[in-house]
Amino acid sequence: MSPVTLQILTLTGLILVGAGCQESPTTHHSKRKLVITGSSTVAPLMAEIGKRFEILQSGVRIDVQTGGSSRGIADARQGLADIGMTSRALTSDETDLHGTAIARDGIGVIIHTSNVVSALDDGQIADIYTGRITNWNAVGGADALIVVVNKAEGRATLELFLKYLNLINTEIQAHVIIGDNEQGIKTVAGNPNAIAYVSIGTAEYDARREAPIKLLPLGNVPATLETLRTGTFPLTRPLTLVTKTPPSGLIKTFIDFARSPDVHDLVTQHFFVPISS
Amino acid sequence: MIWSRSTFLSPSHRDRLLVWTLRGAAGIAGLILLFIVAFLILEALPALRTLGLIRFVTDPSWHPGEEFYLMLPMMWGTLFATLGAVVLATPLGLLSALFCRWYAPKPIARTYRRFIELLGGIPSVVYGFWGLVVLVPMISRLHPPGPSLLAGIVILTIMILPTIALLADASLAKVPQEYIRGAAALGLGRWAIIRGVVIPAAKSGLFTGVILGTGRAIGETMAVLMVCGNVVQTPQSLFDPIRTLTANIALEMAYALGDHRSALFVSGLVLVGMILTLVSSAEWISRGRIYG
Repeated sequence: MSPVTLQILTLTGLILVGAGCQESPTTHHSKRKLVITGSSTVAPLMAEIGKRFEILQSGVRIDVQTGGSSRGIADARQGLADIGMTSRALTSDETDLHGTAIARDGIGVIIHTSNVVSALDDGQIADIYTGRITNWNAVGGADALIVVVNKAEGRATLELFLKYLNLINTEIQAHVIIGDNEQGIKTVAGNPNAIAYVSIGTAEYDARREAPIKLLPLGNVPATLETLRTGTFPLTRPLTLVTKTPPSGLIKTFIDFARSPDVHDLVTQHFFVPISS
Repeated sequence: MIWSRSTFLSPSHRDRLLVWTLRGAAGIAGLILLFIVAFLILEALPALRTLGLIRFVTDPSWHPGEEFYLMLPMMWGTLFATLGAVVLATPLGLLSALFCRWYAPKPIARTYRRFIELLGGIPSVVYGFWGLVVLVPMISRLHPPGPSLLAGIVILTIMILPTIALLADASLAKVPQEYIRGAAALGLGRWAIIRGVVIPAAKSGLFTGVILGTGRAIGETMAVLMVCGNVVQTPQSLFDPIRTLTANIALEMAYALGDHRSALFVSGLVLVGMILTLVSSAEWISRGRIYG
């Protein structure tokens, strides 16, 4: 019982803190603290950009909280956060908000390095995710059941992946449902027959640190930073900072900083592609 | 001077102070629970009002993005995982406590007890990580996909085993020596003493251990989230992935908005309801027989 109680207490606390934030005007120019919430894909990068910004602008505090793209949108809209983070472009129902892309990321399909399959076309991926193909031998692999890893509801990665394959979430026949990218990578690393889709940035980052995973090409285009940069990779998304009103004051300074060449090394370190103004 | 001071701290005055302190402490503990339940109900109300209770059991599936809110499979998931763990951990915990108290040589018993205490102190996320990298691949070789009800049961068993074993050990230690000596004087053997005297005398403590263990199994979130696969379905076998109510809240709360968020509070409410049912049915089963 205690973990649940704890969670609920934490939530109560969070809501109280949230209510406190709501009262203070977020567009005030003399404000020295920025609250940034949203996408778990953008958050690690934003935390590092924030640290660098704090060093440059003494007295400013950047507070980065993770909670998914939908939360980033909702918090920015309600004024709970100064800036929301989303790992996708703004949609047609979100025209009331102002988005600024700071980097580009792709979504790639990953499998275990011991898997002999080296490419899957879009139709095969869709068939695997809808349960029409259940064995690796149907796509040129070993005789083993495919373990399908899907994302939990509310994740931008899930929305984009489904949209790319023209599927809806109720059609998916998953064996494992995961939260963030890291959990997906750990699941595939621990299961030679698993298939998952994650942020290319995170996958590259972990593969360089010897996680036994490999990224498959999508639509015959290899999933690398190079194809992301040239724009040939089919499933890409802008990592976007969202504000309720056109950015001004400290918020504008920060967003401009996040797009500037001063942080391109951080963006590249996270295996995203920088976007310059 | 001295007289006046002792009148000031007269027993009746001190008693009154103590009584009010105790009332205050008990009141705070009670109020916290009430506040939490009230908060849960308040947050769950929008979903209960727009969706109604019935949709949580009649919808075709759990896909909040497409407005489907079926909660039943997750209730089964929680129930099966908890029951499995309790069924496995209860005999294991009881037998290991008996071994420790009655059969093991002193140095072994002491080391063994330290081990069990250590097992109880390991954070759940560590169990989960171990499960993810060791247990799940093992089950996957046995019967794919790997993340499954079985993995959840095994992890939960290991997690609640220390609670049950340590409480059983403590309650076995509290059985009055006179009982045991009396039984020994009657010429009973060791096992006969344990079965006929010690276990009946320690019943209440053993029972409390099982209840606390069950509570921990129902409430466990992180480890279960990591090994169970989190697919919302009623398991047909031990090797099917499941999602528990707690995992559902942890997995989706940060990402949920509107009705979806409110529906997660309903699952919190259901969880509290399950625990209340468990505790009250345990009290009812044991009424007059254990605590009496």
